[in-house]
Amino acid sequence: MLGLGLLVWAHYAGLVHEETSEFMMGDVGRILYAHVPTAWNGLLTYLVAFIAAVGALATSKKGWDALVEASVEVGVLLNVLLLIQGSLWAKPTWGVWWDWDPRLTTSAIMVVAFGVVLALRQSIQEPGRRLTISSVATIVAFINVPIVYMSVKWWRTLHQDFSTPETVDATLKLPLRVAAFGMLFIGIFFVVARWRIAMRRLSREMDAPELPDAPKPLTVEA
Amino acid sequence: MNTMLQILQKDLFIEWRARSRTISLISFAYTILLLFSFAVGPNAVAMRQHAAAYLWLSILLSSTLLLDRSMRIEIEAGALHTLLLAPVSKAGLFYGKALANTFQLMVLAGISIPLIYVICDATLVESAGWLILTAILGTAGLAAPGTLYSAMTARMTGKQLLLPLLLFPLVVPVIVAAVKATTLAMLGDPMDQIGAWLTLLICFDLVYWSLCGVLFGRVIEA
Repeated sequence: MLGLGLLVWAHYAGLVHEETSEFMMGDVGRILYAHVPTAWNGLLTYLVAFIAAVGALATSKKGWDALVEASVEVGVLLNVLLLIQGSLWAKPTWGVWWDWDPRLTTSAIMVVAFGVVLALRQSIQEPGRRLTISSVATIVAFINVPIVYMSVKWWRTLHQDFSTPETVDATLKLPLRVAAFGMLFIGIFFVVARWRIAMRRLSREMDAPELPDAPKPLTVEA
Repeated sequence: MNTMLQILQKDLFIEWRARSRTISLISFAYTILLLFSFAVGPNAVAMRQHAAAYLWLSILLSSTLLLDRSMRIEIEAGALHTLLLAPVSKAGLFYGKALANTFQLMVLAGISIPLIYVICDATLVESAGWLILTAILGTAGLAAPGTLYSAMTARMTGKQLLLPLLLFPLVVPVIVAAVKATTLAMLGDPMDQIGAWLTLLICFDLVYWSLCGVLFGRVIEA
């Protein structure tokens, strides 16, 4: 609730007030308040997933396993949102839906790399194997992110130089920060909710099935 | 170390004994090369420029078949269980299999490169040493994560889809760097960039040959 409230307030501040409009891009630039928090929190969620995966491999506890499932799922969701928002913004400003910029390309690859972890979890029935294999896939996917970023950056910059000034004006900062925290709280809410569901499902899996009623002893009437 | 060499020897021996399978793999790579040229059309300039891309994509696509088979020979008839019961190090098992896969991919690259010269009329401006070095580093970069992931997906339903889904996003840096380095070796490298791309390949190889070696033990036991 707090997250939603902060997000609403930040979007109101960012979207309605005149002075928070971006100088060059006008109203289109206002997507900043949704896009940038999504990006930050998406990466943060993947970091949580990585830590949870290391924890799951080290301890084999189902709590960590459930956290891997929850955070990877929320991370992929934020990542998909990020790509949609980015494309919506890129069309009016750059004139194209897509550009092979390192950050764009890396985010697109991240969706697949982490999305597969979810597919893997679906296709393994046995809890122990699922824990190990999805944790390994999460760790490898996370470690790969900076390498993909580096390689695509080189690949691009050897052709042409691409730079975006990252300076954010002071008037834009407050709504942006509030929106980031709003998104953070919503993200945490989703991860926790998803973690609870995953925990229940895992606990149910590990419990022994209920035994049928014991047969009644035969009574022989004399 | 001993385990590694023995596994390497065993895998290569099995492949040598089943040479007809190797030939079908080479035919597969060759067919992909032909299909690329049909898809692009009879454009000699474009073919020459994209020769490196065709080469590496055909190696990548063939590698999924090769990796799948290399793990299947372990699963069939319970060979893997027997190997795990034996007092051998899991890391040795990984490095043996990964080296065997690297070697086979290198043979595949060695056969495909002359074909590229015939089909695409490619040139070789820089020294052939760069091309050979790129082929070694690139195939090693495909083999290490490929061996880990084929072990993960070996006993799953839908592994034909899951292995490429896991592997392809991960090896983006390998494909980017190997294609660039090969192109530079073929078409000329006036800016001395080839070293930077090979450095990226070496970094990727170092990260994945160590990381996958550590994680393989857990995966194979699961």
